[in-house]
Amino acid sequence: MNPLRVVITGGTSGLGLALVREFRRRGASVAFVARSARAVQEVARQTETHGIVADVARKEDIHRIALQVTAALAGVDVLINNASSLGPTSLALLADTECEELELALATNVLGPFRLTKALLGALGGAAREGRGAVVLNVSSDAAVNAYEKWGAYGASKAALRHMSAIWAAELAAEGVRFLSLDPGDMDTPLHALAVPDADRTTLKRPEAAARELADAVEAELVKEPA
Amino acid sequence: MIPARRPVQRPADARLLVVDRRGAIVDTTRAALMDHLRPGDLVVANDAATLPASLHGIHQPSGSPIEVRLAGRASLAREDLRFSAVVFGAGDWRTRTEDRPAPPQLADGDRLALGPLVATVEALLGHPRLIALRFADDPDAVWAGIARHGRPIQYAYMEQALALWDVWTPIAAQPVAFEPPSAGFALDWRTLGEMRRRGVDFATLTLAAGISSTGDAELDARLPLDEPYRISRAAAAAIQRTKARRGRIVAVGTTVVRALEHAGAHSGTVVAGERLANQRIEAHTRLRIVDAILSGTHEPQESHYELLRAFQDDATLARVTVALEARGYRSHEFGDSVLVERRDRRTAMVA
Repeated sequence: MNPLRVVITGGTSGLGLALVREFRRRGASVAFVARSARAVQEVARQTETHGIVADVARKEDIHRIALQVTAALAGVDVLINNASSLGPTSLALLADTECEELELALATNVLGPFRLTKALLGALGGAAREGRGAVVLNVSSDAAVNAYEKWGAYGASKAALRHMSAIWAAELAAEGVRFLSLDPGDMDTPLHALAVPDADRTTLKRPEAAARELADAVEAELVKEPA
Repeated sequence: MIPARRPVQRPADARLLVVDRRGAIVDTTRAALMDHLRPGDLVVANDAATLPASLHGIHQPSGSPIEVRLAGRASLAREDLRFSAVVFGAGDWRTRTEDRPAPPQLADGDRLALGPLVATVEALLGHPRLIALRFADDPDAVWAGIARHGRPIQYAYMEQALALWDVWTPIAAQPVAFEPPSAGFALDWRTLGEMRRRGVDFATLTLAAGISSTGDAELDARLPLDEPYRISRAAAAAIQRTKARRGRIVAVGTTVVRALEHAGAHSGTVVAGERLANQRIEAHTRLRIVDAILSGTHEPQESHYELLRAFQDDATLARVTVALEARGYRSHEFGDSVLVERRDRRTAMVA
C-alpha cells in the first residue's frame, strides 16, 4: 500500500509538531497547517512535509487548505484536528470572558474542525471506499468533560468538539470514515505555558510521548474491521 | 429554459425528468431520485474538486490586463504544472464571454504575472485565445498560489461571485476539475446513506472536468478538450460486480460517461488506472458500460446535449426539450436534473 496520507492542523509547535514528526518517522506523507509563514516553511523543510499557511478559524481559508492538502497528498487518509485556541489568555472566569474571546475559541476548536472535516469528507470517503481506511482524530482535553474554573471558553468549545466527534462517528460509520476524540493529557507545550505560566514543567507529559500514543490509536483504528 | 442564477446546489424544489429505456418521460422531483434507482444498480460519480481556475493578472510584454482560465492538463499529477488555458482581455465574468475583449497578442515565452504566480506561455494552440502555459515554481507554491489568487470560473447569468465552497460537490476530493462536475451537486450524504440502505452501490472516479464554454464558436467546437482521469481498482471491481449481476451503471454527469466509456472502449470491461480521455461521445457512439446518466438539463446546441444523443434517439430528445421547457426546468450547473436511460437496442430496432 502507498504511504499513509496525513493532515495535521497546528503543526508547527507542541503536540502538532510532535505529530508531524511522529507520522514522518512512521513513513507517512504529511501535510500540515499553521498560521506563521516562517514557522511553516521551517518545519516543512526540516521534516520534508507539505506546509500550508492558513488559519482554521477563518472560513475563507478552509477550502484553500483542502485544495492544497489534497493536491499535495493526492488524497487524505487521516485528518487530525489539533489546532486549538484557549480563548482568553490569561485564563478568565466565564463572567470575565469577552464574547469575542469565546467566539475565537469556538471558531478554532469547533467551527474550524467542522468545516475542514466537511471539506475533506469527499477525500476521506474515497480513501474508505478504496479500502485504505479513513480516520478523523479530534484532539480533546479533560476540560471537555470536567468543569474547571477559568477554562470556560476552552472547556465549552472542546466539549462541543467531543460531542460533534461522537455524532460524526455515528453518522459516518457506514461510510467507513472513523472518528476519534482523544485527550492527550497535560503536556509541556506552548498552549499549556500560556494557560498555566507557573506550572512545574517536570510534571508534564512530553508531547512526543503523547504523539506516539495518538499515532498508535489512529493506526489501530485504520485496520479495524468495518462495523 | 430559465438559467439558475443562484449557487444553491440542492434547492428543495429541484425537478427531475426521467426518461426510461423505451423513451417514456416522467416529470418528478429530484427528491424522488431514489425511486428510479434499483437494488443492484451502481451509481458512479466524479469526485474531482474544482480548482479556482480563473486567474487575473498582467501580460508582462504589453502591460495589459488578462484573465487566464485554466482549461486542461495532460495528467492528474501534482508536479504537472503545464496547463492549457483560454485567455480573455480586460473584464471579468460579469461580461458575457461572447462580449469580452480579445486578450493581448500572445507569443511563446511571454510571461504572465498572475497575483503571486508567474506563468510562461509555452505554445499557442491554433487559436489566439487558446494557449499552453507553465508555472515555474515548486508545486506546493503553485497550488498555494492558485488556492489564494484563483476564483471559480463562472458565467454572466450568475447573480453573484462564486466561492470555492459553492462549486465543490459534497463528495469533492482531488482538486483537478476546471469547472464543477455539477451533476454531483445532487448527491448529499443523506442520499448516499439511503442508496446503501436500498442496496444501490456507489463508486467514484476522478476526471479533470474541463471548461464548458469559451464564448467563441470556433473554440467551443473543440470542446471537450482531452481530460485525464483515474479509476481505482475498487471502482473497477464494483463495475464488474454490477455487470455480472446485471445491475445498471448509472453515471452522475457527462464526465463519468466519458471516463467509463474511454476505459471500457477496447475490452468492454473497465480497467483501473490513469489515462487521458480524448474521445467524443455523440449520436453514433455505442455505449458499452453506462446504462443511464443523471445530468443537468442541456439545450440542443451544447456539447453535453450531443452526448445525450448516444443514450436516446433525436425524436425522444426533442420530446425531452419540449417537456423541460413546458415544465419550467432550470438550466446550467445549479439547475434541475434529468435521468436518462440508454435506449433499449431491441426496442430501437423494432421502432
